[in-house]
Amino acid sequence: VCTFLRVIPYAGALTRSKVLQNARCYSVSHLSVQERIEQKRKAALTGGGQLRIAAQHKRGKLTARERLELLLDPDSFVEYDMFVEHRCSDFGMEADHNKYPGDSVVTGQGRINGRLVYVFSQDFTVFGGSLSGAHAQKICKIMDQAMMVGAPVIGLNDSGGARIQEGVESLAGYADIFLRNVMASGVVPQISLIMGPCAGGAVYSPALTDFTFMVKDTSYLFITGPDVVKSVTNEDVTQEELGGAKTHTTVSGVAHRAFENDIDALLNLRNFFNFLPLSNKDPAPVTECHDPRDRLVPGLDTIVPFESTKAYDMLDIVHGIVDEREFFEIMPNYAKNIVVGFARMNGRTVGIVGNQPKVASGCLDINSSVKGARFVRFCDAFNIPIITFVDVPGFLPGTAQEYGGIIRHGAKLLYAFAEATVPKITVITRKAYGGAYDVMSSKHLRGDVNYAWPSAEVAVMGAKGAVQIIFRGKENQAEAEAEYVEKFANPFPAAVRGFVDDIIQPSTTRKRICRDLEVLASKKQTNPWKKHANIPL
Amino acid sequence: MAAYRSAAGFQRVLHAVKTFDKILIANRGEIACRVIKTCKKMGIKTVAVHSDVDSSAVHVKMADEAVCVGPAPTNKSYLNMDAIMNAIKQTGAQAVHPGYGFLSENKEFAKRLAAEGVSFIGPDTHAIQAMGDKIESKLIAKAAKVNTIPGYDGVVKDAEEAVKIAGEIGYPVMIKASAGGGGKGMRIAWNDEETREGFRFSSQEAASSFGDDRLLIEKFIDNPRHIEIQVLADKHGNALWLNERECSIQRRNQKVVEEAPSTFLDPDTRRAMGEQAVSLAKAVKYSSAGTVEFLVDSKKNFYFLEMNTRLQVEHPITECITGLDLVQQMIRIAMGYKLQHKQSDIPINGWAIESRVYAEDPYKSFGLPSIGRLSQYQEPLDLHNVRVDSGIEEGSDISIYYDPMISKLVTYGKTREEALKKMEEALDNYVIRGVTHNIPLLREIIVHPRFVSGDISTKFLPEVYPDGFKGHMLTAGERRELLATAAALYVAAQLRSQKFLGDLRVSVVPAESRQWELCVELDKGLHMLGVSRSGNNYTVEIDGEKVEVSGEWNLASALLPLTINGKHRTLQCLLRTAAGEITLQYLGTSFKLRVLSKLAASLSKHMPEKVPEDTSSILRSPMPGSVVAVSVKPGDNVAEGQEICVIEAMKMQNSMTAAKAAKVKSVHCKAGDTVGEGDLLVELE
Repeated sequence: VCTFLRVIPYAGALTRSKVLQNARCYSVSHLSVQERIEQKRKAALTGGGQLRIAAQHKRGKLTARERLELLLDPDSFVEYDMFVEHRCSDFGMEADHNKYPGDSVVTGQGRINGRLVYVFSQDFTVFGGSLSGAHAQKICKIMDQAMMVGAPVIGLNDSGGARIQEGVESLAGYADIFLRNVMASGVVPQISLIMGPCAGGAVYSPALTDFTFMVKDTSYLFITGPDVVKSVTNEDVTQEELGGAKTHTTVSGVAHRAFENDIDALLNLRNFFNFLPLSNKDPAPVTECHDPRDRLVPGLDTIVPFESTKAYDMLDIVHGIVDEREFFEIMPNYAKNIVVGFARMNGRTVGIVGNQPKVASGCLDINSSVKGARFVRFCDAFNIPIITFVDVPGFLPGTAQEYGGIIRHGAKLLYAFAEATVPKITVITRKAYGGAYDVMSSKHLRGDVNYAWPSAEVAVMGAKGAVQIIFRGKENQAEAEAEYVEKFANPFPAAVRGFVDDIIQPSTTRKRICRDLEVLASKKQTNPWKKHANIPL
Repeated sequence: MAAYRSAAGFQRVLHAVKTFDKILIANRGEIACRVIKTCKKMGIKTVAVHSDVDSSAVHVKMADEAVCVGPAPTNKSYLNMDAIMNAIKQTGAQAVHPGYGFLSENKEFAKRLAAEGVSFIGPDTHAIQAMGDKIESKLIAKAAKVNTIPGYDGVVKDAEEAVKIAGEIGYPVMIKASAGGGGKGMRIAWNDEETREGFRFSSQEAASSFGDDRLLIEKFIDNPRHIEIQVLADKHGNALWLNERECSIQRRNQKVVEEAPSTFLDPDTRRAMGEQAVSLAKAVKYSSAGTVEFLVDSKKNFYFLEMNTRLQVEHPITECITGLDLVQQMIRIAMGYKLQHKQSDIPINGWAIESRVYAEDPYKSFGLPSIGRLSQYQEPLDLHNVRVDSGIEEGSDISIYYDPMISKLVTYGKTREEALKKMEEALDNYVIRGVTHNIPLLREIIVHPRFVSGDISTKFLPEVYPDGFKGHMLTAGERRELLATAAALYVAAQLRSQKFLGDLRVSVVPAESRQWELCVELDKGLHMLGVSRSGNNYTVEIDGEKVEVSGEWNLASALLPLTINGKHRTLQCLLRTAAGEITLQYLGTSFKLRVLSKLAASLSKHMPEKVPEDTSSILRSPMPGSVVAVSVKPGDNVAEGQEICVIEAMKMQNSMTAAKAAKVKSVHCKAGDTVGEGDLLVELE
């Protein structure tokens, strides 16, 4: 349904008189080239003009350039294509007052904490940030260069959609960007920060990037807006409900995290950027670390409750182990039965995956499998070691899950862990039952170092279920259950077979992992040559 | 005599006299650990009992043996006499130390032990019974010529009788549980209505805490001090008084800060009180350690309040100034030995202060319980003359089942001033993360001019903070110190985030700024700061004033030992986010700051205001606990201040009232529910 059409009128629908107030005269031909350069630069810096900038501020949003200033190191931004103008000659667009130097996007490269990054920032004050052929071309240019030099691309999205006046030219522009998003995937990290509307075809660029972040209350992502939804399905829904930050970070899983406002989002993005390598040819970054690598974490010795049915917070384990308790969680409010995110161990970026016993007993279901799989693949693509904390009672049973294709989706996580060749360290904190045990970065899927805590139980299933099958119809089930617990509800069956490398005291986990990561830093492992693999999508 | 001041335990080797081979400690937490420590010194094997949730608790790890006596609720575990008797049999313990609370003043328990031939490390059943009953104890005290408070010496039947008696004694009156102690089941009433309400609450609390809802009423001495005398008596009729403890700083009749000796007593009063206490102990043939509590009015008249027939929570301060190990004395006495000391041997050496560190929110009624996991925990044990009695460690859970006390922090000095200074330092160096704690309040009390001058009473807190505790009020100079520290932290973090090790591609290392222009927000006030750095020294310019911040610290350390303008200060960084939020614990109180670059600050004005939730129409649970009663249903009209429901947490009942007159829209809880802090209880229209 009209996927590639603009669905929100851009705020540029100003009356002609208002436009005239801002009028610029570029046609004055007697100006020297130098003066014209100056004038164009000045015009480019004010985008859609003071009135529209004021309107943008009034919406609680910063301008495209203010955003870049906050995102990048001071004085590091190098702008490209400031003089590019749109090429549309229909509907009066050819008029001088409808031409804005740089058009509706600011592009270039700069530095975040000294490290190179390519950026584009859509300018809502120019034609509502709508995507013209020129706009797309500017984005493509920096993406091409980013891939060549090996540096991440950050897109700050704030666009009403396609430039309707340009028709198919605009659609072609989207497709050009999509193609580059796909080509760059796995080559350089791509991050989208949605800071305003992003609708229709435009949404597929963020969807193709590695991470999509949103700003609360001022950003929206949807295929079609509330009006079209109303006319097609007769549903009444607000923009916020349909595609606001809350929807996408809790219900749809489209966005990975949401921030309070523009400033909060950009400062957090700077922090996030420090976790990422510049490209797939670069190692995971190592920053200066003050947290002792051999620090013991006494609290972990008592964290797993005595009763195996009682919940605890996997985040307590993660926070205790990583450097300075700093954990950048990805999708903290979606599929909360699995925890994924970035942290550092002795300064080196690692990806953390953990079952969360606090939510749905930490079982794997469709959403958590997909969430986990995508994260694991990102880490593998970008040389980030993966640390997996396992406490999983199995896959979630039921018709909802089976009909939804848990087999297909669960296979994604299995596939991702199996395929990954980065250092993989696994810690079984408690339950590792059934197929879910295999999935969670087990030894059998080429886990490099697999540990069990003394509280680990590696088994096909819980004692009760197992006994009902093994001793069906037999009396004295309780006795049989006790025997099963004695035999299997402990780390020994896995340890005697070498499926876990060691049974470790929980308080020493940080120390052990830091040491292993140093050893594994030179790990080399390759998968057989293939055109590309065929993950069960 | 400094033996019992050291934090690490007891330096003096205790006399190798034959006592018991094995003692069972029928308690948990810090007091169980405390008793085990002395047992170890005396070469006695120890048995811990524990509930299932406590199976990895510190006292269990410390003891030689441990027996699980039931599930988490205390009436099924630590109060479960059958299970504890079984544990004694199973382990062959020859004696039981009951600690305080739980079964420590339970005559049934003492009787059952006696029947099994197991020694009870405490007084005998007769004394427990006589002193445990407030009505009987008062009669005995009167007979022993101990000053007593005027009141009604009988059990009050119902609320109406309570009103009648209150009228006869004259308001204000105190309604309290006959079987009570520790402030539970205790209410003060100033009029008939409050008497009725107090009667209801006290009887419920008494029933749930002690299984005995009998109440009594007496004259309430307004504005008194609470001073108690530690006594020690053997089974041969000898008794000593070990000086006093001043315990006037209380909230809701529970002690917060204690000290020994008291600034208020002169030697004559001290002796008079001590002698009355000893004569009461002798009157009931008391043996073991006990405490006689007195109320002391401004004219140094003192009245007997009650006698606690057990080891008192605040016993460490007495140990500090007398050099005695009370647990050791109790064990010796239980074995039948005579007292080692004469009254003239008992000194007052120096001064000791105890702060009770609780997991509670001091901003709500001077302390409502909080729960959680101690994600980081570090006691200030590297300081000299600091003793910390605790039964928890990093990773421990503070649960709704038990007392929310984290520890007893005791400091000692030659003078009171020295002990107080040490307490400031100890509180600043105490790292507690993961639960809300009362250090902000403790830190304020010990530096308050009234406290420092010794001008205190049991009404200290409500008088000093009539509108509730609001945390430390910053002076202009302190404000600058705080702002400067936040700025230094921010700059250090910014600089570190540019340091990538071994990354050859970071070719353009930005030249380090010499001067940082920052905007720091604190309590809605904005401050422009200029910061320059050289090594670990930061010079911060605030409103024309220069603040120098230096010290050996890094971004991972829990404590920030700083020198600010030449003064030594220990701060703690509780939170530091990518968006510039920094929460610092400074002078005990935590302050939220936000540090932004000049640019970000100038753009902040465009950021939309987030509308906070209207809290007047929503009633949320202020603490974790269980719902005892819900007094409204949807559609009811409630007046402002009307009771909506009652939440019980850690055995305290709290009445939740309406913040405005309104109609009840919806009720989200029912009696018996367990609720967490911040859970929605009732919505008003």
